[in-house]
Amino acid sequence: MLKLGVPSKGRLMEKTFDWFGARGVTLRKSGSEREYAGAVDGIEGLELVLLSAGEIPRELALGNIHLGVTGSDLVREKLVNWDRRVREMALMGFGGADLVIAVPQGWVDVDTLDDLDAAAAAFRAQHGFRLRIATKYHRLVREFLRDNGVADYQLIDSQGATEGTVKNETAEAIADITSTGETLRANGLKVLSDGLIHASQATLFRGSRANWTPEQRKILKALELVLDL
Amino acid sequence: MPTSPATLTEARRLRDHFAAQGAIVVKADVLQPADLLLDLYGEDIRARAYLTADPLRGEKVLRPDFTVPVVQMHMETYADPARYTYSGKVFRKQETDETRANEYVQVGYEVFDGQNPAAADAEVFAVIAAGLAGLPLRAATGDIGVLMAAVRGLRTTDDRKAALLRHIWRPGRFRALLRRYGSGEVPPLRAALLATDDPFASAGPEVGLRSRAEVAARIAALRADAEAAPLSSDETALIDAILGLRATSTDALSVLRDIAVDMPSIGSAVRRMEARLDAMAARGIDVDTLDFEGSYGRTSLEYYDGFVFGFYASDRPELPPIATGGRYDALTARLGQGRAVPAVGGVIRPDLALEVGKC
Repeated sequence: MLKLGVPSKGRLMEKTFDWFGARGVTLRKSGSEREYAGAVDGIEGLELVLLSAGEIPRELALGNIHLGVTGSDLVREKLVNWDRRVREMALMGFGGADLVIAVPQGWVDVDTLDDLDAAAAAFRAQHGFRLRIATKYHRLVREFLRDNGVADYQLIDSQGATEGTVKNETAEAIADITSTGETLRANGLKVLSDGLIHASQATLFRGSRANWTPEQRKILKALELVLDL
Repeated sequence: MPTSPATLTEARRLRDHFAAQGAIVVKADVLQPADLLLDLYGEDIRARAYLTADPLRGEKVLRPDFTVPVVQMHMETYADPARYTYSGKVFRKQETDETRANEYVQVGYEVFDGQNPAAADAEVFAVIAAGLAGLPLRAATGDIGVLMAAVRGLRTTDDRKAALLRHIWRPGRFRALLRRYGSGEVPPLRAALLATDDPFASAGPEVGLRSRAEVAARIAALRADAEAAPLSSDETALIDAILGLRATSTDALSVLRDIAVDMPSIGSAVRRMEARLDAMAARGIDVDTLDFEGSYGRTSLEYYDGFVFGFYASDRPELPPIATGGRYDALTARLGQGRAVPAVGGVIRPDLALEVGKC
């Protein structure tokens, strides 16, 4: 049995079902609409597991599921050394969203990370604390800012409605996922011209095969053949 | 991981060695307040140390080193000169290399002595070297103070010097700033902003804590910067020469003296280096073969602002340094609430010393 983890609700689940369906593998929810059980037609031995997109990286790394569909941003954020622990099998071409750094439009002096760094230094001197950036992508943002030599900032955890934190004065800037930028603009924010941290999309990952049985390897081969990977 | 009995014995031996130099044995709490480290190092510390939330006491950190608590202890009692030694575990998150230990014993030696900094530098280096005597190690040294003096002496605006000093520890950003200041170019969007009569014409409503006055102040700073003369290519070449310097200490001193002819601002830092090399030679260190690197110590997440050094296993390049240390005068100023004490120190990892000794 080979377990495939798929987001348990919403557009990500529907699009994933469509993507597999178009390639001859039918995924569907079994039982009632509220039940998180799934079924697969087209590949013998492949089992569908429905779970939260945010938990799929961890379950893949632990080996509780063998394959998983989730956003490439979530894998990079949640798994240290992600490229050594899971492998990208297919970029699925939907669920696209950019993780970006955005600041108030009124900051006409800030267009690049270089500007952000200078503004952060002045802000700290003026206000006595480090410029706050609200995000839920702590690792990705921290590594990006470190690699780009930005200092004197702090990350504030925000698990939702992140665009509103600036207006509410709990943060000065944000790092969040956006697909069209509309919510950012509606909240008086703009994206830094070099502030793209990661262009994310739904991706089919597989975990480490170290402990797989010959049967599981055979199922993967069959799946790769059907999906033309 | 429990510390092996052999490591504990070696740690004890090293601590006794340091105590025999007149150092007082001190201890520090494992859990330290996190705000101080966050203030000093910023968010990067979260990738390097274990931070944990305490519902009553706020954010705490498992001590990533002893230097900060020892400095705090010293600034409270303030008996100068003073020597301290300690032995205990430190905790370091390893986010990229799983083979590196995330908890290990450090044995340290710290000297607070404002009378003769060059002699104190030499003392710490020599005492650490003596603790590691007989091991197949190579020493690397550098001097952040020379680089800082060079930046302070540049013929440019104070704002530019402050920006460069702020990024001494971030070589990539430092180099980018140096290049920009040298080019005299203004990025197109910035030029457009400076050219408009009303920069806030299409700024939209004011949102957030950073006020319009602060934005206006930065625009004024950008305007002053755009009008400032570019950094001369002679001066950037001298900075490059300092950063690229790799030689024996004696030769490096000679090169730096040459540079000081064109860049008098590094004169006193170079004289301090000369006094240090004399003091090291007097302690039996062969400075004619001791490596010196102009960039050494810039990429570690540390607070050194003068002499810096490390001891590395000659035949085991994969091992972390067996011992590291340096001068951290600025740290004592930041922790001393106005007071500052010249301070220099170093640590040895007894587990690695044993590992190297086995070969």
